[in-house]
Amino acid sequence: MAKKWNMIVDIARCDNCRNCFLATKDEHIGNEFPGYSAPQPERGHSWVDIKRHERGKWPAVEAHFVPVMCNHCDNAPCMKAARNGAITKRADGIVVIDPEKSKGQKQIVDACPYGAIFWNEERQVPQAWFFDAHLLDEGWPQTRLEQVCPTEAFRSMKVEDAEMERIAQEEELEALKPELGSKPRVHYKNMHLVTRCFVAGSVVVQVDGVEDCAADAEVVLKQDGQTLARARTDMFGDFRFDRLEKNSGQYQLELSSESSGRAATSFELGEQSLYLGPIALAS
Amino acid sequence: MRFSIILFGMVQALRLVALLHPRFAARLKERNLIAQFKLQDNSEGRWVQFRNGKVRSRKGIHQKPDFSIIFKNKAIAGEFLTPPFDQLVRIDAAKNFKLLVEGSDELAVWFMITLNEMQRARWKSGTNMGNGVVRYTNGTNGGPVFAYVKDGKIVRITPVEFSDEDAPSWTIKARGKEFTPPRRTTLAAHGLCQKSMVYSKNRILHPMKRVDFDPDGERNIHNRGKSEFERISWDEALDIVVKEIKRSKKHGPGAVLVTHGSHHQWGNLGHYLSAFNRFWNLIGCSKLHNNPDSWEGWYWGAMHHWGNSLRLGTPEFYGTVEDCLKEAELIVFWSSDPDASYGYEGTVRREWARELGIPMVHIDPFLNHTAAHLGGKWISPKPGTDSALAQALCYVWITENLYDKEFIEKRTTGFDEWKAYILGETDGAPKTPEWQEAETRVPAREVRALAREWGRRKTYLGAGGWGCGLGGAGRGPMGVQWARMMTILGAMQGFGRPGVNFGNLQFGAPLDFSFYFPGYAEGSMSGELTYSANAANNYQRMPHVVTMNSSRQNIPKIRLPEAIMEGRAGGFLTDVSSVRGQFLRYGYPAPGHAKIQMMYKYGSPNFGTMVDSNRWVRMYQSENLPFVVNQSIWREGETPFADVILPACTVFERWDIGEYYNVGAGYVHHMFSMVNHRVVSLQHKCIEPLGESKSDYDIFLAVAERLGLGAMYSEGGNTELDWCKRVFDSSDVAKHTTWKKFLKKGYFVVPADPENARAPTANRWFYEGRKKDTPEPYPLPADYVGEFGEGLQTTSGKFEFLPATLSQIEDPARPPLNHYQKSYENAEAEPALADFPLQLLTPHTRYPFHIMGDDEGCTLQDIREHRVTVNGHSYLVARVNRQDAEARGVKDDDLIRLWNLRGSVVCAAQLTDRLRPGVVSACTGSAQYRPVGEPGNSTDLGGCVNMLNPRKTITEKASGMAPNTSLIQFEKWTGADDWRRSEAA
Repeated sequence: MAKKWNMIVDIARCDNCRNCFLATKDEHIGNEFPGYSAPQPERGHSWVDIKRHERGKWPAVEAHFVPVMCNHCDNAPCMKAARNGAITKRADGIVVIDPEKSKGQKQIVDACPYGAIFWNEERQVPQAWFFDAHLLDEGWPQTRLEQVCPTEAFRSMKVEDAEMERIAQEEELEALKPELGSKPRVHYKNMHLVTRCFVAGSVVVQVDGVEDCAADAEVVLKQDGQTLARARTDMFGDFRFDRLEKNSGQYQLELSSESSGRAATSFELGEQSLYLGPIALAS
Repeated sequence: MRFSIILFGMVQALRLVALLHPRFAARLKERNLIAQFKLQDNSEGRWVQFRNGKVRSRKGIHQKPDFSIIFKNKAIAGEFLTPPFDQLVRIDAAKNFKLLVEGSDELAVWFMITLNEMQRARWKSGTNMGNGVVRYTNGTNGGPVFAYVKDGKIVRITPVEFSDEDAPSWTIKARGKEFTPPRRTTLAAHGLCQKSMVYSKNRILHPMKRVDFDPDGERNIHNRGKSEFERISWDEALDIVVKEIKRSKKHGPGAVLVTHGSHHQWGNLGHYLSAFNRFWNLIGCSKLHNNPDSWEGWYWGAMHHWGNSLRLGTPEFYGTVEDCLKEAELIVFWSSDPDASYGYEGTVRREWARELGIPMVHIDPFLNHTAAHLGGKWISPKPGTDSALAQALCYVWITENLYDKEFIEKRTTGFDEWKAYILGETDGAPKTPEWQEAETRVPAREVRALAREWGRRKTYLGAGGWGCGLGGAGRGPMGVQWARMMTILGAMQGFGRPGVNFGNLQFGAPLDFSFYFPGYAEGSMSGELTYSANAANNYQRMPHVVTMNSSRQNIPKIRLPEAIMEGRAGGFLTDVSSVRGQFLRYGYPAPGHAKIQMMYKYGSPNFGTMVDSNRWVRMYQSENLPFVVNQSIWREGETPFADVILPACTVFERWDIGEYYNVGAGYVHHMFSMVNHRVVSLQHKCIEPLGESKSDYDIFLAVAERLGLGAMYSEGGNTELDWCKRVFDSSDVAKHTTWKKFLKKGYFVVPADPENARAPTANRWFYEGRKKDTPEPYPLPADYVGEFGEGLQTTSGKFEFLPATLSQIEDPARPPLNHYQKSYENAEAEPALADFPLQLLTPHTRYPFHIMGDDEGCTLQDIREHRVTVNGHSYLVARVNRQDAEARGVKDDDLIRLWNLRGSVVCAAQLTDRLRPGVVSACTGSAQYRPVGEPGNSTDLGGCVNMLNPRKTITEKASGMAPNTSLIQFEKWTGADDWRRSEAA
């Protein structure tokens, strides 16, 4: 089996420094790469886009960022929409939109379920991030995304599909919109940070009439009487359960500390992560 | 050797080089001239004629030379003209009248540059990458870069990736793990966008004149910022500027005012502390006196507790990366967002700390970039109240015995009074966690928990953006109190103890601190010995002619509009050489000096960076300012507020030399400890200047030549590349590689110290009661009260809880005992502020560097966390709390108007839960200004949020600015501008 390119994107490592976005603009604005791409327009295109997500509410909130670009799908919807063989799947897995053959084919933009193809009004061509194929073909060892990313959120690898499948399982990688069957070659790590919810709270206790944080209290998460997870509070009495499914219904929490007593509460999880606020233990 | 024979040899060499190098042959055709070399007594001479590219020479004295180069005697001429040339000999000759130049200054400079060009013609730069692509190096405020160039055009800009030839990286061993930084440099956004800045549609490509400006007739000053500009020739532009300089100088010293931004394009030569200072010292001018605008609270406050004046009151940082990783058990980031403005070299080190499981706490009203990336506990006090939180920490430490008593006893003074205040014995108000909750809105229990953890664990306090000062809560009406509290917290925990220090891993990488390469604040070619660190090393290392400004007139930067419009302005000095330097007053007009007649504006715009900046707009329309010339690369918000515009080029179109984040002694000494590898780069001239733009150096040279100062300015025909070589020769890089190799490759990685020779850990010497052993020449020897190297730069030599120096001035907001006082931006104290319930934070922006990179042609414009495009215009982003937005019917990307009595600015809303309710955060990242109506008196669509910040200084006797926590209101922008400025502001 041939080795093919894949890109792993770790959402936990992206902090929206925007270097990948800027490097792609630097590479393509004003530069023509015949056979690969026409120049990117000066404004408006985001071949590597970064989607902003917040989980939770003040004061328990997280910020996450998801770089989204051409997924180089093995079952690419854009290829089906293209006429005249305007889009090719290379033997190394990379999808390239031919800047000549694709002229006037605006339907290609609409065909991408990820919004990763952009219309170049001046040149009348659809354009997307083509995995820096022009550089890889010249012998560059990696893409510009990896070269500029200070937090190593990107990891490209040229491996056989079976090997990639193994890595995907091992590292729990997920695809964007897997239900479409488009078979992306861009794989996301720590996707739960944007697709699932957390529930957090602060355990407090009254000591001599003064409210204190209850550190090292045990918190048990239950649903329908079944224990799902256990956690211990940190120095601020804070606890957090992650990877809960959205709209997954009623949960119960049992909180206890040997020295400070117990408490119980329940919550319903909807679309959003939850901060339950202070929960007081009592003996 | 006979004088005439040496010169004969020179002529032969000119012909030979012209034969070998077509570009040199072409240069010879640029001028027709006759140059006379002779001895002073006319006893010997030789003249050289250039005519249509042909060179001939004759022995003897010509009747009508264009200029003469006159040597005092034969011995001096021989020494001067015989290779190898000694720079010291040449300077000595120039300074001490051993050599004179008479006649056309412009032709003499051209001739001398041509002679130097014989050597340069052989030099080669850049690495051939195949396919006609050459890889050059350069430097930006966001880090050093490779620039790939093909057919005279920049193709791409990348970080610098090291090869095996480059020096190895350091390794830190901590808790059973080994950490080594990646073999490359990282880039900030404002470095990676540089190609788009070079080719921006907003580049100024030709000299321009305001259409209704007539220097000999009606100047129409009130139309600055409104009228169009027309293209003029360089000759015409320079003639106007020179005529205005001469007109102004007739009024007396200081009539020419020069202004510059706080930063410039990267590089030691083109910087304002270099080429600019050299030029203006030769002309004579009034300068703007900069307040320490990113360090206000540290400089005016913290410094009094412990000295560190040459660090603007911030702590040392040596060895803290290693100590923190090895020893620390908790890191508290207080108003500390290192991932915001200086790239990402420290980011990996903080990830190591996370990997080691060191808990982290972030105290900031905004869940900042660093906090969001690293995770940990987020505490969000109401802006400006942090000092109350800090005092409550002291309360818990004192009442629960969680502080370093031995350190307090041996190394500090005044603790008993401090303790009495904290316990409420002096004012009846114990500074309990419950007491602070009323101020900060932070739950008392969290403060108690933090105090206990901090008191029990070895804790690093990352105070401010760099962890050792800078920005954040130190820049606000409460900045002095806050920075003072940071030092007090450090002292109560015994700073310098293993694992207990100041830092957030951003500073203090284990590099070689004795390897010499100058930073830009060391003056480079300026010759300026008083207002730069030139005299310390550079002046000896790179001999050059001293220059001096004969005008003693300075204007406080933040008071410039008052100086122009009201004719009067005063302030207190930024003088880092001692603690008490800041007590000295100065003012405008200075005795015997002239009122300002013209302003020479250079570099980046101020509307987005100066407080209450509608004042700046109105200043330009004042009849008290008869002439304004703006030397600028881009057409920015402030550029049209001028009469003549001179087009400067970017650093990619000229030569320069510099080191990654080395700004030099006298500014931030050893600032390069922020990066993982010291990287010196020859900043190649990658492409020719666009349009008719010129380098700053060449513009100054052209003006100088019209004033007969060209030979002096260029020190005998040095080009920028000649100066680059002189800087190289002066540095320790020359001990490791040759000029030829360095010029070609373009960068050099300075080897790090071996593990056993690393710099000692900051403050450890003080903690252990030893003499100072960290590698910084601070404080000045005279400032030690005991023996040299013993103790701190305070009156007692100890850390002073109640600084003696503060008892020497009467400044109500800076009492010796750091009482908690509310901000003056406070509706209870100022009834006029009652309509403005929200607090505005105006931090440094992450994407542009201050405002550099906020150009309409720059790729940063498409970053939706910086600007959002609505109906074809891009608006600065204002982060607003979701609840506050919903209460005003505002959705994401809606245009909103932020206003108070000082200003009104339209931004694009970004709804977030990363801000505590009641707080708006909009970065001071705007280089644009788009007034809806009358400039200076209407709503700005460009995003200059600093227009909302007060002009009032940080304290009565501290000339610092206080831009954060201003009270404002916001609403959905309707498009109808009914805002009017109120003088009550």
